[in-house]
Amino acid sequence: MKPVIEVEHLRKGYASVVAVDDVSFSVADGEIFGLLGPNGAGKTTTVECLQGLRRADGGHLQVLGIDPQSQAGQLRALMGSQLQESALPDRIKVWEALDLFASFSPHSADWPTLMEQWGLSAKRNASFSSLSGGQRQRLFIALALVNRPKVVFLDEMTAGLDPGARRGAWELIRGIRDGGATVVLVTHFMDEAENLCDRLAIVDHGRIAALGTPRDLITEYAGEVRVTFSAGEADLSWLAEIPHVRQVKRRGPVVEVAGDGPMAVLVAGGLVQHGMTPADLRTEQSTLEDVFLKLTGSGMGN
Amino acid sequence: MRTLLKLTWVELKLFVREPVTMFFTLVFPIIVLFVMGGVFANTPDPDAWRGVGAMNFYTPAYIGLVIASIGLVGLPVHLSGYRERGVLRRLRASPIHVLSIFSSQILVSFVIAVVGAIVITAVAMPVYDVAAPEDLALLLAAFVISVLTFASIGILLGSVLPTTRAAQGVGLVLFFIMFMISGGGPPPEVMNEPMRRLADLTPLKYVIIMLQDPWLGFSWNMANFGIVAGFLVVPGLLSVRFFRWE
Ligand SMILES: Nc1ncnc2c1ncn2[C@@H]1O[C@H](COP(=O)(O)OP(=O)(O)OP(=O)(O)O)[C@@H](O)[C@H]1O
Ligand SMILES: [Mg+2]
Repeated sequence: MKPVIEVEHLRKGYASVVAVDDVSFSVADGEIFGLLGPNGAGKTTTVECLQGLRRADGGHLQVLGIDPQSQAGQLRALMGSQLQESALPDRIKVWEALDLFASFSPHSADWPTLMEQWGLSAKRNASFSSLSGGQRQRLFIALALVNRPKVVFLDEMTAGLDPGARRGAWELIRGIRDGGATVVLVTHFMDEAENLCDRLAIVDHGRIAALGTPRDLITEYAGEVRVTFSAGEADLSWLAEIPHVRQVKRRGPVVEVAGDGPMAVLVAGGLVQHGMTPADLRTEQSTLEDVFLKLTGSGMGN
Repeated sequence: MRTLLKLTWVELKLFVREPVTMFFTLVFPIIVLFVMGGVFANTPDPDAWRGVGAMNFYTPAYIGLVIASIGLVGLPVHLSGYRERGVLRRLRASPIHVLSIFSSQILVSFVIAVVGAIVITAVAMPVYDVAAPEDLALLLAAFVISVLTFASIGILLGSVLPTTRAAQGVGLVLFFIMFMISGGGPPPEVMNEPMRRLADLTPLKYVIIMLQDPWLGFSWNMANFGIVAGFLVVPGLLSVRFFRWE
């Protein structure tokens, strides 16, 4: 099946900076695809080119078989957008905004339901300017979904949401995907990327540094596994024979084994075989954050 | 169509919720009407006001002033504010067409202009004994063309002026110059040559003449109408060309 989104060698610069240098990826139908990367990496620029909001300098783009550069009007009816930066008129009320955006499309969703789902019913008659940051954000997400889009672009959707609202948002976005939509999600939250995205691209300096499922990325770029347990004075020389074990350190009674791949299970198996069942055995896996920092460096490079 | 009507309805509600704009657009011309009425009353003077009574002259002129205030101040400030704050960005990402946005602004201008015209007429006719319009049908046509013309100018200003401040500055200066010299201030007959030359460059001068002619019983001035049409079409085309979403 043809991918819903195809990006080939996208390039986009502003007056003095190259924002997107060379980005290629594709997103399959019904996928939740994440874009992760440091500030200024070019995520928003990439997404805005796909939405037809910016003109690419080079490369080939396709969304739902439509060229977002030349047929933006056609695409807008099929896509939903939550932009990183935008606003509504100060004095427009929550229900008016939803009602208005619902009128833009003949097959819109029932907006009172959306208002309820995104926890805005109590704010129905509140003006946009009186909403809190998180409430505005939820309104923008609801507006992005009101025309029942086939592709949804969410640029830092959960910025400013409290932890409960974030988890709620994840559930709702999974629901949208299960309803047949494809989702492109820009985020700075590792747990969000790990929990919500089927695949993700790590973008750095306008290029894709890595691309894959969260699990694959962790295995490939930060496959480090660590097992610790207490063993007293027991002889552990057999540990070195176990495949995937790289290093064994003893600090008093505590043993720390470092390795990769299935090392943890193998060590646990070995312990049982040698008649040891330490109750405090812990394993530590690398996280997406380790991958991120490894690929993009830490600190504020930009 | 549903989208356009809904957008227009929302925009009207937003206008009513914005007291300062409301005041400036609808109340300011009324104040000027009372000031001029208090000074000149409505006795005809063969050497001024096209030979008719001052308030017969000023009443259609102030309907023109309401229309000019919408086009020179209200609309540009509104549109550039939308651009500056990112409202246009959000609208651009939605399926709405830029012409629907323009059309809704024109429809809102109409509603405000109609309210302004009714209020001015309802005050001027009983208080200053202003004569009723001679040719109502032509007056209505002139009114529609006038609103379209200033909406077109307003959309152009709102399309090219980047910020609310810029729109406010430029709009207010244009508005007050036109208010003073284009027919809403001293009668054209008493202005000196440079003032008249300057007035010749302003659309409000021609719009006021177009509104006065059918009201006062003068015949329709085709050359004057041609100039108004130019002020309608050229800015309209330029705004489609130069409109910026951000
Ligand atoms: N309108 C603009 N004019 C000039 N430069 C811009 C503009 N928008 C973005 N840039 C520059 O392009 C680069 C990429 O910006 P972009 O907004 O795509 O980054 P991002 O990955 O979305 O970052 P963040 O995580 O901070 O949102 C940055 O260096 C930024 O300064
Ligand atoms: Mg961004």
